[in-house]
Amino acid sequence: MASTLLARPARRGLTEPLIVRLALTTLALAFLFTFLFVPFAFIFVEALRNGWQAYVAAIEEPEALSAIWLTLLVAALTVPANAAFGVAAAWAITRFDFRGKRLLTTLIDLPFAVSPVVAGLIFVQLFGRQGWFGPWLFEHDIKIIFAVPGIVLATIFVSFPFVARELIAVMEASGREEEEAASLLGANGWQMFRRVTLPNVKWALISGVILCTARAMGEFGAVSVVSGRIRGETTTLPIHVEILYNEYAFQASFAVASLLAIVAVFTLVLQTIVEQRNRRIVDAAVPALVEKIQN
Amino acid sequence: MSIEVRNATRAFGSFQALRGINLTVPTGQFLALLGPSGSGKTTLLRIIAGLDRADEGSVFINGQDATEQGARGRNVGFVFQHYALFRHMTVFENVAFGLRVRPRERRPSEEQIGARVNELLALVQLDFLAHRLPSELSGGQRQRVALARALAVEPAVLLLDEPFGALDAKVRQELRSWLRRLHDEIGLTSVFVTHDQEEALELADRVVIFNHGVIEQDGTPEEVVEHPATPFVANFVGRVNVFHGRLESGKAWFGPVVVDHPTPSDGMTHAEGYARPHELDVTREDVGGGLWATLRHASPAGAFVKVDLTDPDGRLLHVEIGREQFDTLAVTQGERVYVRPRRLRVFPRERG
Repeated sequence: MASTLLARPARRGLTEPLIVRLALTTLALAFLFTFLFVPFAFIFVEALRNGWQAYVAAIEEPEALSAIWLTLLVAALTVPANAAFGVAAAWAITRFDFRGKRLLTTLIDLPFAVSPVVAGLIFVQLFGRQGWFGPWLFEHDIKIIFAVPGIVLATIFVSFPFVARELIAVMEASGREEEEAASLLGANGWQMFRRVTLPNVKWALISGVILCTARAMGEFGAVSVVSGRIRGETTTLPIHVEILYNEYAFQASFAVASLLAIVAVFTLVLQTIVEQRNRRIVDAAVPALVEKIQN
Repeated sequence: MSIEVRNATRAFGSFQALRGINLTVPTGQFLALLGPSGSGKTTLLRIIAGLDRADEGSVFINGQDATEQGARGRNVGFVFQHYALFRHMTVFENVAFGLRVRPRERRPSEEQIGARVNELLALVQLDFLAHRLPSELSGGQRQRVALARALAVEPAVLLLDEPFGALDAKVRQELRSWLRRLHDEIGLTSVFVTHDQEEALELADRVVIFNHGVIEQDGTPEEVVEHPATPFVANFVGRVNVFHGRLESGKAWFGPVVVDHPTPSDGMTHAEGYARPHELDVTREDVGGGLWATLRHASPAGAFVKVDLTDPDGRLLHVEIGREQFDTLAVTQGERVYVRPRRLRVFPRERG
């Protein structure tokens, strides 16, 4: 029963003529080459067009360093916040029944549905000088829009689904019996979370954090709206890339962009490793789940 | 240690899982909660464990009110149908878990934990697997680890939710008799949930039969088999042949079969008569008080033969007769025989 559900199509059953298989494979590879590999390689070709020294100079330039620093700072603030939120939301959704649970589950995906520019505008409207809380913030001399807090808020908004979604999938698959067992054996809430829940969702959590980090570092639209693009102050890496490009500093622009590309590759490799581990854990939980559904 | 449930009620939305259950399990008893799925037996077990709360009613463990306590404080051992072993921990760590999470002042030393875990693993005959992960064990082994883990905290009572439900027939049989012996050794008050009547009758000292959130019958295996209190119990426990008839002038009439039965005062005129397959006599000639039937099929089952017959109305009758007796009868398929119930349990009902 479990085996039929999880069965993969048998290789012997693949009876398409050789020519079709070749054509499909070629098409897929050509597509990947044109739309992914070429642009990616182009970044590095352009970045190194004027040689290694120009490349290093573009990155060591004070505004670029400030952008790198700000990007890292935003990620360092955003990712822990979203990890904590993700764990709490996944725990609430998979372990309790309450009114509005479906709504919360849907709301978690909202940042994926809303254009980041719109998200940015929402924050400007809320905290900007003319916004709802603007006068109060101004009186108390708190600056959110066109400052780092606004960038952090906007980034939290656009990157918060990642951890929660990864965790919800795994926690739903693994059920709550292990936690019930821990509780029956005398574990308090923290011991149950620390010794049973967390080890079971470890790889999903890491995977969510990786994706969240990548998104937090790469976000352009929302940050572009709330940051005010004050050079050397509120420019993150993606915004710095765009500014340089608009000023025809193509080589410098690509040099900085290459940093983001490296982050992307790094993310991809990490993610692949983590997903393999995670899948093993989910797979181990699936037969019990299938049996439960059938009963 | 005893368990007492008073007037427990539980609803899930519009579904009434328990309707005012009262149950007392004396110290040392091995009790089975038996019933079809959705009858409320697992809900009751989870309420006793503190994994679920009754909407109304209370739970006493060892004479103390545990109603307001969560699962953590009740000191009950619980075995899940799907084991619920901590999958990232070795067998040893699984069993040690309950001791390791104790508050520091009550936590045993590392040597004491090691000794206790090894002792329990020896008890469940798995000491050679201490350093394996649960995923490397068979179903039967996992369930024994789950049992050792539950026993490690020296629980007041042991609760088992369909403990053999996920195992194949042979392992189930082995584990069953092993669990019964274990219970006789350690004498822990135990309650297990099952939908398998054979399991309940074989293992338990006492069987409580559930249906639609109420207790249909509460008695020894012998009582529920021999003296079913309701038609549901007669049908659910063991195979049964049903005869339809009516009640009149102090007797129950099932065609030619007539049994003494006081006419009920509440005006019920119809009756159902239940006879177990081994309570029907089969003869070649009309001995009175029975009916003629045609032999459809006979299959040997050890010391007796299972015989399927059809009565003149085409209804199927299941009969079990001794092998020697069957050989003496020497009937073949399609031949007529006379069937007479030696014993009939009569339940009055509204309409036929």
